[in-house]
Amino acid sequence: MNQTTPRSNTPAPAGGPSKSDSPSGAVVVENPHEGGRRVGALLHWMGTPVARAMAALLLVLVLGTIFNANGSFFKIATQRDTLREVSDYGILACGMTLVIITGGIDLSVGSVLALVGVCFSIMSIHWGWSAWIVIPFSLLIGAAVGAFSGGLVAWFGIQPFIATLAMMVFARGLAEYISGNMEVSTAMANPDGTYHYVPVPAIFQSINSSVLGGYLAVVTVILMFCAAVAWLILSRHRWGRYLFAIGGNEEAARLSGVPVVGAKIGAYMASGLFAAVAGICQAAQEQQGDPRAGIGSELTAIAIVVIGGTSLMGGRGGMGLTLLGMLTIGYMEKILSLNAVPDAGRLMLTGVIIVTAVLAQRRRE
Amino acid sequence: MDRPHDPLLRLVGVGKKFGTVEVLRNVDLSIYPGEVHILAGENGAGKSTLVKIMAGVYSDYTGTMEVAGRQVRLSSPPEATAMGISVIYQELSLVSTMTVSDNIFLGLFLHRAGFVRNKAQCDATKRLLAKLGVQALPEQRVGDLPIATRHLIEIAKAMSRNAKVIIMDEPTSALNVQESEKLFALIRSLKSNGCGIIYISHKMEEIEQLADRITVLRDGMLIGSVSAAELPTPKLIHWMVGRPMEQQFSRRAPPTGKEVLRIERFCVAGPLRRHKPLVQEVALSIRQGEILGIAGLEGAGNSHLLSGLFGVYGRRATGRVWIEGKPVRIDRPVHAMQQGMALLTNDRKATGLILPMSIIANITLAKLRDFSTAGWRRTARETRAAHEIARALRVRANSLRMEVGKLSGGNQQKVALAKWMLLNPQLLLLDEPTRGVDVGAKREVYELMNQWTARGIAIILITSEMSELLAMSDRILVMHRGRITAEFSGSRATPQAIVNAAMAPPVEKEIPS
Repeated sequence: MNQTTPRSNTPAPAGGPSKSDSPSGAVVVENPHEGGRRVGALLHWMGTPVARAMAALLLVLVLGTIFNANGSFFKIATQRDTLREVSDYGILACGMTLVIITGGIDLSVGSVLALVGVCFSIMSIHWGWSAWIVIPFSLLIGAAVGAFSGGLVAWFGIQPFIATLAMMVFARGLAEYISGNMEVSTAMANPDGTYHYVPVPAIFQSINSSVLGGYLAVVTVILMFCAAVAWLILSRHRWGRYLFAIGGNEEAARLSGVPVVGAKIGAYMASGLFAAVAGICQAAQEQQGDPRAGIGSELTAIAIVVIGGTSLMGGRGGMGLTLLGMLTIGYMEKILSLNAVPDAGRLMLTGVIIVTAVLAQRRRE
Repeated sequence: MDRPHDPLLRLVGVGKKFGTVEVLRNVDLSIYPGEVHILAGENGAGKSTLVKIMAGVYSDYTGTMEVAGRQVRLSSPPEATAMGISVIYQELSLVSTMTVSDNIFLGLFLHRAGFVRNKAQCDATKRLLAKLGVQALPEQRVGDLPIATRHLIEIAKAMSRNAKVIIMDEPTSALNVQESEKLFALIRSLKSNGCGIIYISHKMEEIEQLADRITVLRDGMLIGSVSAAELPTPKLIHWMVGRPMEQQFSRRAPPTGKEVLRIERFCVAGPLRRHKPLVQEVALSIRQGEILGIAGLEGAGNSHLLSGLFGVYGRRATGRVWIEGKPVRIDRPVHAMQQGMALLTNDRKATGLILPMSIIANITLAKLRDFSTAGWRRTARETRAAHEIARALRVRANSLRMEVGKLSGGNQQKVALAKWMLLNPQLLLLDEPTRGVDVGAKREVYELMNQWTARGIAIILITSEMSELLAMSDRILVMHRGRITAEFSGSRATPQAIVNAAMAPPVEKEIPS
């Protein structure tokens, strides 16, 4: 600022608080962590999506301690089962979070789960391939399907809802075609119409087991790994920042040199990849590849993301929120089933709770 | 001053707090029939809050409000409309997929037993538009009309609801000179019909042209409310910013260096083949340290020229481009950025910033590749660089982690500039760099432009404010229908000559194809 020539009249900044002007004349950004602002900061934090998602989870946990079904809610086995049962949905929600942050949606994940489950089962049970080949192949199928949906969205500009709806129907059909519309199980048909049984592949059993003395399901470990990857992408990787930018303002992102097409295709591809992981887990747990698996699970995954507080408009949200949403849904389901609430009531209550959670998440200006 | 009428609207001692922050304190305001009342003040002075109180958006204010001598407390916008107060916001409230007449009668449909009387609505709309001199058909979809006409229709809608007080918040920010003239003509006819108009604008020329009375707010307080004759522009600016302003801005042109950019036969085709080209056969060159102003009415193609240069239109842009004497091909914004170009777009909310992201994320977005190794972001480096550039551009914010959407217009603009300056561009394309920016921040932007050109950066400037164009440009090109029609050196340009060139047909006759 010392280069001012005599002719110039460097203006004092108008409108700004003069106390924050440093001697050099440059206005320094105020430090938000100064004393006396802690209460304000806390109040501000209470309004953030994270705080609200935590509040929703806390509320569900409080309900759990009240309606604890004679103490069974407090058993460690219950916690393990809750996490295990919600893990597949949680894995789907990891990919869904990436897609929703770009302002899109992926309705095809339930069908991709079934498609990959069927292919995974055929390759490992019928063809007897090694897990080292089967798993990469299965993941590749999911990623390819996701990349295709992403291409429809990013290249051809088809609305994400429509493109992935088409993929949802197509992938379901493909799963039924490949499996002959039957569960791919260890029961193998003989030429004379009878069945013989082959042993369950080792990979199925390892995925369907648990670690830490039986207190943590392997699928939950896989979920944690997936969530960690998605979290790293969103908060530490350039690509994650691009996803937020695209969801926040696609045109501004493009003009800033963000590779919009590539980043978007990547998001759908990741969603397909995570759906493939969920498909593998699902098939291993069921010990069969069911072409009708995962019907409606895309909606559960979306509900998890939205309850967490990630905006369906794109540009806001995060993986931590999705995990909170997942725990909220998982524990809610568990509490309802522990208390033997009939299925009809469970569905209705789930609907009510989703609306309540989203209302609580709504941004207030 | 003796007045023949009672005020249409009177505010006495109005105050408003958001939480503990007092944004308005003890403001008085009276609107009389047949006057244009300018509400002036920098961004954040409390103008918008005051408008929202009058519009019934906020009802929890202190003080009183009288409409036609009767004390009222409006609790919703429809109530305000019913009392004859209409607000024309910057973002229009028309449904672009519906027809003009449907929009005008929206919510108050003429109907018989619940069935809309389309014919009656169209006839009434036709009469109304004719009375106001608006060129549009009742059956046209609003989305198909130019922005200016939409503004006029918004006003027609207000008139159809018997508005006595019409509040306009920067109505010309998206209009060109001709369109603004149409709006001003309409405002004059509203005046003669006995309407009171509250007009908010940052453009001094408009204020000079329209004002009957001016009320100035600063930091939520009433500075004064006087007739326009008593408040010439320098004094008005003094009132707004709280100190005298000797000169609005001054350009310090450095000696120019070598040529940065030269283009020849540069064309931008329309989106479809049957459309007219947006830019035709443009040739220009610019040197280091130079500010080249490009004037033109809305649709003259100057914005398209900058976007085309920056690779926004891909292969629709054709022609020869040299950067520092080397021929280059620019098909995508990334290519342009690699060549040392930066484009500040004319609408920071729509195309400039990612509003839900933090200031840091916005500033570093275009340079993220340099702040990451193998894709992983180096957050510490990113934060440090963002702080440095934010300080250099005097971005005012509590924290750089704040959402950009929560900043004032001037600070948002500085963030958008910071994003581009981080790239160390050698050629800055600035499209309306001071749109929607208050007077103080405007001066800062001009000062920055002086500093940057002193460092050898070349700037192409587009602005719809004549005074800004004349003051800051070293050389001025004028465009009309996609072609350059005149060139002036900065000292020789006069507003009249520029407007003439902007409205005159091109030298060569267009041959219809």
